[in-house]
Amino acid sequence: MFAAENGLKGDPRLQAISDSIRVVPDFPKKGIMFQDITTLLLDHKAFKHTVDIFVDRYRDMGISVVAGVEARGFMFGPPIALAIGAKFIPLRKPGKLPGQVISESYELEYGTDCLEMHVGAVQPGERALVIDDLVATGGTLSAAIRLLERVGAEVVECACVIGLREVKGQRRLNGKPLYILVEPREIDNCC
Amino acid sequence: MAAQGDQDPRIARISSAIRVIPDFPKKGIMFQDITTLLLDTKAFRDTIDLFVERYRDKDISVVAGVEARGFIFGPPIALALGAKFVPLRKPKKLPGEVISEEYSLEYGTDKIEMHVGAVQPGERALVIDDLIATGGTLCAAIKLLERVGVHVVECACVIELPELKVCIPIISNTNMLSEL
Repeated sequence: MFAAENGLKGDPRLQAISDSIRVVPDFPKKGIMFQDITTLLLDHKAFKHTVDIFVDRYRDMGISVVAGVEARGFMFGPPIALAIGAKFIPLRKPGKLPGQVISESYELEYGTDCLEMHVGAVQPGERALVIDDLVATGGTLSAAIRLLERVGAEVVECACVIGLREVKGQRRLNGKPLYILVEPREIDNCC
Repeated sequence: MAAQGDQDPRIARISSAIRVIPDFPKKGIMFQDITTLLLDTKAFRDTIDLFVERYRDKDISVVAGVEARGFIFGPPIALALGAKFVPLRKPKKLPGEVISEEYSLEYGTDKIEMHVGAVQPGERALVIDDLIATGGTLCAAIKLLERVGVHVVECACVIELPELKVCIPIISNTNMLSEL
């Protein structure tokens, strides 16, 4: 679901957030219009609006865990976690976390990848939020949900700054709701 | 300089929230795991507060965080200070035009990168990472920022490994370091 269609219709902060995102064509390969959030992070007001909107949504939902997907989820997750009084859990690429981990693999366009979480980071029954900068097919978010559910946590929602309108059947989020602030930007005609 | 000498009561809890993992990533290394600090909401909050209290009146407009654990501590500090957050990344992660700085590892070299145009000449910056060992990464970060005319006010780390204090090349007057 998009923020503009769920309580934030006409909210000027959403436009400010969208405007602060830079589009980099043909990265990482030809044909991809990469949504670069580093320019959002340079705009203190837009960054603050982004965090505030998520915090307002989640502060009264009894969430005790914010799980952020490496690496851009690490930039949005901690400020949200701190504001709502939740733990922050980094979900990392293989081999990065130093302690005992559980792993979940997921499909890429070509091949597979893997996401890991520390054993003991989350307790059964905890209510969790998963955060990343962008959702495309939902493969990474699905793996994150599976990791948390395997240890008995309840995933309340997945939250992303940017997301495509879902092509029918394309997203596999195990029935979990997805909350998105803005759609991807097109390249500006002047560039 | 270390904040520990000031006996701030918050520091003991922060220190005990950090988990030590022996022999990671290889035998003989006692890895300082900050993920357990992030599970202790009060200790994480205190860590951020201590840095924000230190830097709030220093006119900092840029907080640069070193990938990836610097991405966890940097943004909350940047938001509290009203500063930009600039991620300093491993090669080929940043999508736009970048500048790169190479630095030495125990065996070989590595590189960190920053987006061109992220910072302006004359801005005042803080560099943040979870831990300092030899200072090689932080030095590369300082060089990147200084190359584009930024004044690095200080480097801030949660943890210092004093036994690994190999000489940090003095490349400017920014060899001040704050660790908890």
